[in-house]
Amino acid sequence: MRELLSGNEAVARGAYEAGVALAVSYPGTPSTEILETLADVFPQVYSQWSPNEKVAFEVAIGASIGGGRALCTMKHVGLNVAADPFMTFAYTGVNGGFVIVSCDDPEMHSSQNEQDNRTYAKFAAIPMLNPSSSQESKDMLVTGFEMSEMFDTPVMLHMTTRISHAKGIVELNDVVAGPNKKFIKDPSKYVMIPTNARKRHVVVAERMEKLRHFAEETPFNVVENNGSKIGVITGGVSYQYTKEVAPDLDYLKLGMGFPLPMKKIEQFIKSHDRIFIVEELEPFWEEMIKAAGFLQVEGKKYFGALGELSPIRVAHGLKEAGVISSVTEPVYSAGDMFPRPPVLCPGCPHRGAFMALKKLGVAVTGDIGCYTLGVMEPLNALDTCICMGASIGNAIGMERVKGSEKGTVAVIGDSTFVHSGITGLLDAVWNQSNVTIIILDNRATAMTGGQQHPATGKTLMGADSPSLNLVELVKALGVKNVKELDPYDFDLVLNTIKTEMETPGPSVIITNRPCVLMPVRIMNEPYVVDSELCTACGACFRISCPAIAASHETNKHGHPKALIDETLCTGCTLCTQVCPPEAIMLKSHFVKA
Amino acid sequence: MQETMNILIVGVGGQGVLLASEILSEAAMNAGFDVKKSEIHGMSQRGGVVSSHVRIGPVVYSPTIQEGQADVLMAFEQAEGYRAINWLKKDGIAIVSRTALIPAIVTGSKQFHYPEDAIADLQKIVKKTIGVEADKIAAELGNPRLVNTILLGVLSNYMPLPTELWVDTIKARVKPKLVDVNLLAFNRGRGVRLTKTTA
Repeated sequence: MRELLSGNEAVARGAYEAGVALAVSYPGTPSTEILETLADVFPQVYSQWSPNEKVAFEVAIGASIGGGRALCTMKHVGLNVAADPFMTFAYTGVNGGFVIVSCDDPEMHSSQNEQDNRTYAKFAAIPMLNPSSSQESKDMLVTGFEMSEMFDTPVMLHMTTRISHAKGIVELNDVVAGPNKKFIKDPSKYVMIPTNARKRHVVVAERMEKLRHFAEETPFNVVENNGSKIGVITGGVSYQYTKEVAPDLDYLKLGMGFPLPMKKIEQFIKSHDRIFIVEELEPFWEEMIKAAGFLQVEGKKYFGALGELSPIRVAHGLKEAGVISSVTEPVYSAGDMFPRPPVLCPGCPHRGAFMALKKLGVAVTGDIGCYTLGVMEPLNALDTCICMGASIGNAIGMERVKGSEKGTVAVIGDSTFVHSGITGLLDAVWNQSNVTIIILDNRATAMTGGQQHPATGKTLMGADSPSLNLVELVKALGVKNVKELDPYDFDLVLNTIKTEMETPGPSVIITNRPCVLMPVRIMNEPYVVDSELCTACGACFRISCPAIAASHETNKHGHPKALIDETLCTGCTLCTQVCPPEAIMLKSHFVKA
Repeated sequence: MQETMNILIVGVGGQGVLLASEILSEAAMNAGFDVKKSEIHGMSQRGGVVSSHVRIGPVVYSPTIQEGQADVLMAFEQAEGYRAINWLKKDGIAIVSRTALIPAIVTGSKQFHYPEDAIADLQKIVKKTIGVEADKIAAELGNPRLVNTILLGVLSNYMPLPTELWVDTIKARVKPKLVDVNLLAFNRGRGVRLTKTTA
């Protein structure tokens, strides 16, 4: 059986074929579809979202120590959150096989940085596999579990956006049953007090030696001899880009990217006149190979260390190095064009809060999610965005130094608040910070496509579950001033923020409108513009609603009047609240003169 | 087909770019070709630009097209077609829907403007531009979401894939109650070809 699968779908298939007992994650682009596919297509595999990546990693560790094969997936920055258990789990090793899938996002298509997580494998001293296609994504996941059990180590499967989200043809296999393991009490292995940990660090070092031998033999590290005097050491999607533009060079394809097969590499280097290392982002392999004494290898100086590679980027690098004579350049150049950045959806419940914050001119510490789009023109309503859960801590610090004369407000989504905002709020209460925090509760992890979280009342696999009560939680943390309100009521939002900013101690405002897209698309009666009343003042344009466009009619100054796209309008009413001549009305109330 | 064929599909989040590229890729796989397809999503569902690279051939390496090497550029929105023209190779075909979606950032802005007629602009540069009245045809068929199937119909005229494979894949990928209207849309698209009058 052959199927067209994305890298992420192939990993899910691999988890099924490898007999995984538990799969766990927190959603994050480009990793999200692995768990979604498991829940959707392979309900035989127990899978769950956890509140954040650290908890997810700890759940997976428990499953592994308990004897089951465990899969833990996350985007690159997720591993920063999980780094604490990750680094120590490399010491204890596993019982049931354990694979951590790190989906990195070179070029930052949907991320706040483009860190190269191959470095984490080296940091923790665990083996790392890096697939270059959907087929390899599946195969390497299955082998990863076998390696994990063979070497008593967590294994990293390193994916990137272009592997996770690209589709290719995959040959499906049957389920291969993993070993039938049970939990065995062994505190010297699993309790990392210093006396035990010192012994385990020795085991890690010995394991690394065995893995170096394994790297020499694994068929994932393969030489392709095409009779060229020029050799390329590469792996992951970089292999595909290089094969695309220079198929006739010799290749050493590193499917196992850490530890490196240094003997194989030495042999490859010695049998070629020139060696190029083509890898995305950091000079990870280049530095290790140079450190082993092979200073003649060339890489980053031709291909760069920033952003995603592409066929044309690799071609330009090879041309500059004198390996290929010409690059087929594009014949057409696109003209100057307006930008089309992502924006808050029509009817998005976050819009009202951002309109109010913009009007107040306060400092706004932001966070990770749909509402990060509040930074875009013309709302311009965010001043910081660092990482998941950072907004509240950022606001506490800014308020303490009186950074903004007009005060500081933190905004954070419901999923992000549960992920890592709760401890920030606890800090605000403990140290009695005068911050005002708006929890933009839309009842979904909306940015990644509407996944469940502890306050939505559903699990990944569709079971009902108790729904976290955010108001009660915030009160329990010790916040005295808690207000729940309708973000579509602009004056109410504006006045509540003003009042709470003047109230001493931490205040929390929780908005209570759900995402307009999920779980069901909300479409109430649309509003229309009476063009006779519209003065073309532009007030409705400034709320940045995709349903409001410029009409061909203009006022005497030539400014365009407004037009509402009825198929997009959700009837949220915000534009009616900012329209001075009251020219916007419900479609059923509009009578054409 | 001796060499890899590259099709770049572009549009705006929500227009059905990804479904169209899925149907194309699956039809090609079922025809026995190697296929790779790569898309940008994540933040794009919030009204941003969506693109999908589809590569079909005996053996396909890169999941993305090399800039300037697309045989066909298929755009669901006219300005997006113009924006992506640098991906098209010399003598490549541009299949562009007349659909115009003007983003909020342009509305009422002095800095940015939406082109008067992006298809006419394209035709000045790319000889083989097919302007498709896809939104008009979709409206006639009673569903504005049919733009993607209409454009696939146009594309099918330029792909080495048998018609029944297209039909079978559409049947497998769209909701049962929408199969008939989608096949009508596909056939309307098939009637649109590169002639001097399509422009």
